[in-house]
Amino acid sequence: MALRSLKAAAKAVTLAATLALPLALGAAPAARAAEGVAVPDTKFSFDGLFGTFDRGELQRGFQVYKEVCSACHAMHLVAYRNLREIGLSEAEVAAVAAGYQIPDGPNDDGEMFERPGRASDRFRRPFANDAAARAANNGALPPDLSLMTKARPGGADYVHALLMGYEAPPEGVTVMEGMHYNKYFPGHQIAMAPPISSDGQVQYADGTTATVDRMATDVSAFLAWAAEPELETRRAMGVRIILFLVILGGLTYAVKRKIWARVH
Amino acid sequence: MASGLHESSFTNPVVRWIDQRMPVFTMMQKEYGTFPTPRNFNYFWNFGALAMINLMIMIATGIFLAMNYTAHTSLAFDSVERIMRDVNYGWLIRYVHMNGASMFFIVVLVHVWRGMYYGSYKAPRELLWILGVVIFLLMMATAFMGYVLPWGQMSFWGATVITNLFSAIPLVGDSIVTLLWGGFSVDNPTLNRFFSLHYLLPFVIAGVVFLHVAALHITGSNNPLGIEPKGPQDTLPFHPYYTIKDSVGIVVYLIVFAFLVFFTPNYLGHPDNYIPANPLSTPAHIVPEWYFLPFYAILRAVPNKLGGVLMMFGSIAILFVLPWLDRSPVRSMRFRPIARWLFLLWTVNFFVLMYCGGMPAEEPYVTVSRFATAYYFGYFLVILPLLAKIERPLPLPESIARPVLRGGGPLPGAATAQPMEKA
Repeated sequence: MALRSLKAAAKAVTLAATLALPLALGAAPAARAAEGVAVPDTKFSFDGLFGTFDRGELQRGFQVYKEVCSACHAMHLVAYRNLREIGLSEAEVAAVAAGYQIPDGPNDDGEMFERPGRASDRFRRPFANDAAARAANNGALPPDLSLMTKARPGGADYVHALLMGYEAPPEGVTVMEGMHYNKYFPGHQIAMAPPISSDGQVQYADGTTATVDRMATDVSAFLAWAAEPELETRRAMGVRIILFLVILGGLTYAVKRKIWARVH
Repeated sequence: MASGLHESSFTNPVVRWIDQRMPVFTMMQKEYGTFPTPRNFNYFWNFGALAMINLMIMIATGIFLAMNYTAHTSLAFDSVERIMRDVNYGWLIRYVHMNGASMFFIVVLVHVWRGMYYGSYKAPRELLWILGVVIFLLMMATAFMGYVLPWGQMSFWGATVITNLFSAIPLVGDSIVTLLWGGFSVDNPTLNRFFSLHYLLPFVIAGVVFLHVAALHITGSNNPLGIEPKGPQDTLPFHPYYTIKDSVGIVVYLIVFAFLVFFTPNYLGHPDNYIPANPLSTPAHIVPEWYFLPFYAILRAVPNKLGGVLMMFGSIAILFVLPWLDRSPVRSMRFRPIARWLFLLWTVNFFVLMYCGGMPAEEPYVTVSRFATAYYFGYFLVILPLLAKIERPLPLPESIARPVLRGGGPLPGAATAQPMEKA
């Protein structure tokens, strides 16, 4: 009887188990994607394990959010001061914030009032409450976008695909009153009218030509940053920590070999 | 030496002073220093230490999270996001805690698998094994309640589905559910009591872990050959041999853990849990966390609700009686030519259940789940009792030291091998 082959078999089983786990898990998102249409891959600077955000793209994306999306969609987890992280100066942040009237109060007279925004304020919500949002949007509630790329399978790729996915319904499909056909939306009927419909809809401050695809890509990147503002810090820290652990592991293993050499 | 003081062998005056009055240093020296440990452990024996480290990581990160978390239905979700965005390194603490739960289950599942493969549950280690199953159950309860705390869609609907299972119990089921909820639906009182229990249970786990280790140090560890050490030539002092071997495992474990936390922190999670809980909108598929999927598949494999619930809890409960279902005196599967393959098949079967648990409840997954469930239980209830009677085990080695000293090569011929020990 060969103990060695048994050992090898046991090792193979562990390996198989370790490998099978992610496979079993990976199957779940695939199944979800199968219900709709597979979301096409968009090239983003933050793709992969080591990607970082493109500050210019994030600023353009913010401009698209500000001028288009923010008419209906709140981003209540993001504060104006966070815009420093995408490269706006302190003065620019103060100017952006001051452009909004923020509800505050009550004051000493017990009255609620509005005041110009400050850097510490969260993004102003377009509607006072969900009921007001529904009333203004044909009964549909525009979701908060702070975590959108984390809250949908496919993330930023999905957001981009959705923005580009409006088309005429295929033959035999009737779209309900007030709804729009979208290739990538689950169920294909979405209440949101195509938000980015024509080239040049936004006049980019940096002079970039605002094609529909450019605007959709930029705003998807901005939402990815808003959902995971820690992404760059996290990845940079991860590289250093894993390098440290690999070296520590090598040293530990060398010590282990040396100690065990006494009894082998 | 004054009477009543413990006789300490430590020479450092401070250590000695304490040790004479409260011999914790002597105890540590005995249990973790010189403790005689079989010399032939493979790396599967790392996972107990890894689980211990993991528990400490979870408690440490959890305490800091609790300082910043608000257990209220209207504030919980945003308080977690505030941790992610505004608390210094809050994202790190939360991702470590969140992925730490997955790492804990990976580590503990391997630890349990090792116990099953090498027969660590057999006499005299039955109580040690039972305490381990208690820890596993407590972990599942803790993990489930922890997943509810961020109050996302999966938190809410997972809590609704799982607590509703108890309503299948005849007569008292509905009262139990009301008690769990603290009302008539999953709501603020539910969240409050889950938070309280989620903070309490890890310390209960720590207590049972202490008992688990205490029991281990009476019987001593099992080993890959499954035969008892026959003398000092078969063992090594725990320190430095296994402290250093565990250290190697800990670093490898930390590398995997770090990869999850820093590069794919949400891979094992579900996107729906980044949508705030909404009692009026049910997600298309309610899926529990990955570590519950095999048991979820067993639940759904049974067409009857009560039956499904009983089978699901039974799939864990059966582990309590495993030492009495498997009566073969040979511990290690290395020497059980039939049981070994049927157990490896059981392992594959476990992953099949995990896969089916993550799929919608439709064909072919339901039928596959049913066969897999049948094999899960059949292994314990039919195969193991039967094999104890009919299987002819391979000859066991004479002692641990012999094969080990020969570098794990072929064992001596049948002439020197002992017939299997009849316990």
